Amino acid sequence: MLSSEEREEIEREFAHYPTKEAVCIDAMKIVQRRRGWISDESLQDIAGLLGMSVDEVDGVASFYNLIFRKPVGRHVIMICDSVSCWIMGYEKLRTQLTSRLGIKMGETTPDGRFTLLPIVCLGACDHAPVMMIDNETHRDLDPEKIDAVLEKYT
Amino acid sequence: MEKVLTKNVRPDLSYVDLKAYEASGGYQGLRKALTMAPAEIIDEVKKSNLRGRGGGGFPTGVKWSLVPMGGDALQPKYLAANADEMEPGTFKDRLLMEGDPHQLVEGMAVAAYAIEASVAYVFLRGEYQLSEERLRRAIAEAYEQHYLGKNVLGSNFSVEMFVHMSGGRYMCGEETGLLNALEGKRANPRTKPPYPAVSGLFGKPTIVQNVETLCNVPYIVTNGADWFRSLSLTQDGGTKIYGASGKVKRPGLWELPMGTTIREILEEHAGGMRDGVKFRGLLPGGASTDFLVEEHLDVKMDFTEVQKVGSRLGTGTMIVLDDQTCPVGMVLNLEHFFAQESCGWCTPCWSGLSWAEKALDAIENGQGQSADLDHLSFICKICAPGNTFCALAPGAVEPLQSALKYFRDDFDRHIGEKRCPWKA
Amino acid sequence: MTKIFVDGRPFDVPENQSMLQACLTLGFDLPYFCWHPALGSVGACRQCAVKQYRDEKDSRGRIVMSCMTPVAEGVRISIRDAESVSFRAAVIEGLMQSHPHDCPVCDEGGECHLQDMTVMTGHAYRRYRFSKRTFRNQNLGPLVNHEMNRCIQCYRCVRYYREYAGGHDLKEFVLRNLVYFGRQNDGVLENEFAGNLVEICPTGVFTDKTLKQHYTRKWDLQLAPSVCVHCGIGCNTSPGERYGTLRRIVNRYNGEVNGYFLCDRGRFGYEFVNSPERLRQPRLQKGGQGETADGPVALVHARKLLDGGKVIGIGSPRASLEANFALRTLVGQERFFAGVEDEEHRLTARMLEILRSGLARSPSLGEIEKADAVLVLGEDVTQTAPRMALSLRQSVRQQPFELVDKLQIPRWLDHAAREAVQDAKGPFFVAAPHPTKLDDVAAATYRASPDDLARLGFAVAHAIDSSAPDVPQLTDGVRALAGRIAEALKNAKRPLVVSGPSLKCEALIQAAANVAWALCRAGKPAALSFTAPECNTLGLGLMAARPLGEAQQALKSGEADTIVILENDLYRRAPREQVDALLASARHLIVLDYLETSTTHKAEVVFPSAPFAECEGTFISNEGRAQRAFQVYVPEGGIRAAWQWLRDLLIASGANGAAAWQGVDDVLKTLAGSLPAFSAVPQAAPSAAFRMAGEKVAREPHRYSGRTAMHANINVSEPKPPDDPESPLSFSMEGVSEQPPPALIPFFWSPGWNSIQSVNKFQQEIAGPLRGGDPGVRVIEPAKPTEPDGPAGPDGNARADFLGAPPAVFEPQPDRVLLVPIYHVFGSDETSQRAPAIRELTPKPYVALDSEAARRFGLNDGDLAEVAVNGAVERLPVKVRDGMAAGVAGLPVGLPGIENCRLPAWARITRP
Ligand SMILES: Cc1cc2nc3c(=O)[nH]c(=O)nc-3n(C[C@H](O)[C@H](O)[C@H](O)COP(=O)(O)O)c2cc1C
Ligand code: SF4
Ligand code: FES
Repeated sequence: MLSSEEREEIEREFAHYPTKEAVCIDAMKIVQRRRGWISDESLQDIAGLLGMSVDEVDGVASFYNLIFRKPVGRHVIMICDSVSCWIMGYEKLRTQLTSRLGIKMGETTPDGRFTLLPIVCLGACDHAPVMMIDNETHRDLDPEKIDAVLEKYT
Repeated sequence: MEKVLTKNVRPDLSYVDLKAYEASGGYQGLRKALTMAPAEIIDEVKKSNLRGRGGGGFPTGVKWSLVPMGGDALQPKYLAANADEMEPGTFKDRLLMEGDPHQLVEGMAVAAYAIEASVAYVFLRGEYQLSEERLRRAIAEAYEQHYLGKNVLGSNFSVEMFVHMSGGRYMCGEETGLLNALEGKRANPRTKPPYPAVSGLFGKPTIVQNVETLCNVPYIVTNGADWFRSLSLTQDGGTKIYGASGKVKRPGLWELPMGTTIREILEEHAGGMRDGVKFRGLLPGGASTDFLVEEHLDVKMDFTEVQKVGSRLGTGTMIVLDDQTCPVGMVLNLEHFFAQESCGWCTPCWSGLSWAEKALDAIENGQGQSADLDHLSFICKICAPGNTFCALAPGAVEPLQSALKYFRDDFDRHIGEKRCPWKA
Repeated sequence: MTKIFVDGRPFDVPENQSMLQACLTLGFDLPYFCWHPALGSVGACRQCAVKQYRDEKDSRGRIVMSCMTPVAEGVRISIRDAESVSFRAAVIEGLMQSHPHDCPVCDEGGECHLQDMTVMTGHAYRRYRFSKRTFRNQNLGPLVNHEMNRCIQCYRCVRYYREYAGGHDLKEFVLRNLVYFGRQNDGVLENEFAGNLVEICPTGVFTDKTLKQHYTRKWDLQLAPSVCVHCGIGCNTSPGERYGTLRRIVNRYNGEVNGYFLCDRGRFGYEFVNSPERLRQPRLQKGGQGETADGPVALVHARKLLDGGKVIGIGSPRASLEANFALRTLVGQERFFAGVEDEEHRLTARMLEILRSGLARSPSLGEIEKADAVLVLGEDVTQTAPRMALSLRQSVRQQPFELVDKLQIPRWLDHAAREAVQDAKGPFFVAAPHPTKLDDVAAATYRASPDDLARLGFAVAHAIDSSAPDVPQLTDGVRALAGRIAEALKNAKRPLVVSGPSLKCEALIQAAANVAWALCRAGKPAALSFTAPECNTLGLGLMAARPLGEAQQALKSGEADTIVILENDLYRRAPREQVDALLASARHLIVLDYLETSTTHKAEVVFPSAPFAECEGTFISNEGRAQRAFQVYVPEGGIRAAWQWLRDLLIASGANGAAAWQGVDDVLKTLAGSLPAFSAVPQAAPSAAFRMAGEKVAREPHRYSGRTAMHANINVSEPKPPDDPESPLSFSMEGVSEQPPPALIPFFWSPGWNSIQSVNKFQQEIAGPLRGGDPGVRVIEPAKPTEPDGPAGPDGNARADFLGAPPAVFEPQPDRVLLVPIYHVFGSDETSQRAPAIRELTPKPYVALDSEAARRFGLNDGDLAEVAVNGAVERLPVKVRDGMAAGVAGLPVGLPGIENCRLPAWARITRP
């Protein structure tokens, strides 16, 4: 069940577009912001609210990389794997992260603290390599800085 | 040199509010625009030689003049700011939105007025959350001062502006993919013609324009086309926000006259290569442009000149390859990106790019065969413009085809030595 | 016509089409995948690339997609140009990258468009040496099989399913080279037209799951042109047989009728033919025990029963014209009874009269598709005439196409056209007692009792033409709606009214006729389409039989003492007690049928007749189109066509004329000669004497294999193929090498085109009529009032005066509900119900209540309710179905267990 807050926020978006279907992506992001991901149940609720089928909503969801259809940890680390960051040491950073967290890309730590995902160019190429944790961009990283950055997230 | 687009951007990138923006002459462009006829504005923009800053370089005024005008036109018409900025190595629109969001809001208001659009969306990259925050704030401030909303500044012109946060895909930046994304669909591109200017968002006439392009518009209205052209060193009008990333001394962004040479950008502004590394080549305007090398350093960075030497200005943000970095690895990284972002609509792209990625991966990891190189060239040919449904795949093979040309030896070494020479 | 140049040669081609379509019409072999004649162009696969040149001097040209390029005066293209040839080969190579190359074990093998195109482009060697992507398959229910690894991402399936058929539960997921076409979760595909995916998919992703149970390659099937027997629409089919059983049905293109598509009932209902409940030998009832007998013995026995001469015959709307006419001849015109419920019989007669003496023409499905304003009055078309619903779904695009034209977007540029109009739909109105599957495309729906639906219809007619009867006591809302509908129909270029007998309401049919006639009188070429419940409802109707209800009287009065029932289970026609009484009052009962039914159980003599596929027969569709279905194979056992049994009975009783009936041609000749309504029927297909270059049409493809081995377990020497003196087809692979006339095409095949897409080669113009014209002959045409002495209806006069009067306002009752029939595409039809795959999808009996009514009766969804109706009490689970008209509840029609409830009827519903 969508919370009334979620529903209201989605319904507010209706005013921005001539069709309900157009709110599909916004709706998923609204729910995801609160729940971390889009479960099958959320998918169904959103579909119901928008007058779409679950298949249609999931067809959209599965196209976009910022819609998570699997549970994620409390914090999502998105490490930029695009070209400038790659040149500036992405691979070392990734190795450091996976070994510090003990997980592979795409996985969540057993304590549910972090999910580690690749992301494409974050538009901060002048400060490569970079990563984003939740809403925050961390720039000019190197493996040594990782621990200090991670500490901020519990 | 005169800074136009970045004059308000603060070194600490703090928010430039409405007051500060107005103090620097902000919203004068809109005020003036409202006294002009839409056709006059379109004409001025045409004369200014403003060309799209999103990578395609299409003349902005010409695009606007395709929009059906007057009472017969389908309503509502739409404007969308393309703020998706997902092209690897590109980070200029982010600066404009974080550094001076009102400028974009004003640019959109003027553009909307010019094409008689009543709804405007900022299609914003999902990860750009600071931009989102600031744009929302700026839009709210603008509504309060009647720069947006019903009867803008007491005129007959009304426009609503909304921010749409992307679900995240490179294809959302392609202008028709963007329309599908705004309609809540998968961001597959659409058939052209019909062009969006005629039948676009929700079937209505729509103009999609890059952030930087739109930011220029108020100044053209205020200061005129002649002034705008005079900012440039070449035919294409205005300034350009150039950027550099990679192992240069001072990676960053600089607003410079259109047509500044690569060498000047690289050596003066970016400070040259970092100590210990040498220049080998660069992608002049983001990931989907062809490599240029040493011999091209004196090329002027504008749409015409870069094209003459076989590449494209693209977004004007260059990615520099140095001699300590493996060109095959770099191309693999790029093709991984493109293969991953292929929308899956047309065969040459979804099949060609995934094949290219696998072949490059094999070469980089010592499993390459010389037939792979032939096949990579073949894929480049197959993905040529016109062969695919949209410009993603043709863009995707630009760095690949040029790498095969300029760094062929490196590819051969990988295959011959069955390893990447850059890997320890 | 427009002149184009292909590889330097000039051609005149029709305008308004894509270069691909034009090239295919011209007979060029140009490969394609994402394009489909019914779906238009989207430019996804890039397989149809050609070179286009600016002018004569341009020798470089550029590659374009022929499917995205409109034909235009002087356009020059090349198919043979080396660069486009190699590009097309590269596209196939790309498509095949992850394809498993599993043709030998793939159901599609041998009729696979991907195979054909691969051969056509010359891609033969696999250079791809990396790992392939793999997918998990889904269980999509009993009809359609899913094997995603074979997918080439052409997007046809989802475009067909969502955009064409209006389904919502099939979608593409993910992106890049990993696009997955399926459902969000495993589960039965919800759309009634899902089976067409089997033909829409150019490879083996979606295949026929029923075929899988008894798989046979296309080239090993013996096929014949046939007509679907599961509703009144008469879709053209190609059933295929091997080893004496029917293996599957595929679509047989008819540009006027079913086009490229069938409904799932029609495609998958065929398995009743293979049912263990089939009757295969004559059976005689002796001392309460059934005993099989040989044909001659049974005939002698039956003849004795007929000897008294006091025989009546009961015909059947699911039996062929030939069979019904043979029975009518056997018993005499006066003793021939319609084997349908009396009310249905009366309504059929009414509909026929309206269509033959009125102003409006009954449209073909092709014409229905082109209607630009539609009123559906009292029919749940998806359930009662499924294929028509698919056509109606396309009709809502007609009006929005005007905007598409204005924007100069070619209509066939499918996505551009759809994006331009978004969700805009033409005026389409559905009036029914409950929600229907077409409501999603309706501009407005109206839910009411049958009488109130009729009142709406009368009101619409009156709003169009004030000389049509006015409707008293109309609410403002209904009057406004009627006005809106009237306006839309009047403003349309090709308005259409659809109604039918489903609700057993004569006023509805009259109202529908009035609306159409009012439009005609206003100068609009309005079409009027009535659904027909069964495959030969109109054929039987035209024979002017007596109503079934009078049969009892005939027996009571001593007029008759023996009944011959033709392919009819009377227990589905009338309440059990009545049928029991009728049969009990007969001294002798002879039944001809192909399946065991409650009626055959009571028979003294049962003759095993041949269903479609095992005999030849002619049927008249709801459009009024007479169409011939040919025998596919010779059944084993004592099975014969019903008309043959009846002929032999006739001969045995000394009727000389019948002795001349060697084949259906002879029967039809007599029929045409004795009943003028049928005079054109013999032209439905060429006669048995037809030959091309001295040869018959082969039912078996050239490459039919194993003929010498398939009976080796019985006899090592190859048996001689059965003769077929009765038709122009042969049970053999030898036969005409050119294209046979359209009514005789057993299967579509052309060199290099092994898939169903070979139909391209048989069409006059791609997606147009078959060469030589679409099969079938119309036997029902409206009167022509403009011609002073032209032929009119049976009474000789064109009818322009309006019919009937609006019924009184329906009054909902506090303690009772009006039970209306609810039809199910899977379940309501007698024969398809007995196909295992369809049975799996057939709902269990239930009573449908609106949530308000359920509350009133203290019932919840799933509760058992006692339904007292027609003097009987049924215990049925409640299905809460919102949107039912006030005061109305529903009972499914024809489902096993409740097949003989006569509806609509008032009912009391209580908690047990
Ligand atoms: C795959 C692809 C991605 C694109 N991404 C962007 C983008 O992120 N931002 C952008 O402004 N233009 C992008 N473009 C270019 C747009 O299609 C379009 O040309 C542009 O938004 C037009 O605006 P302009 O004329 O102001 O540049 C992209 C094009 C392609 C083919
Ligand atoms: S080139 Fe084709 S598959 Fe690639 S992104 Fe464009 S349309 Fe999609
Ligand atoms: S058939 Fe033309 S692109 Fe697919």
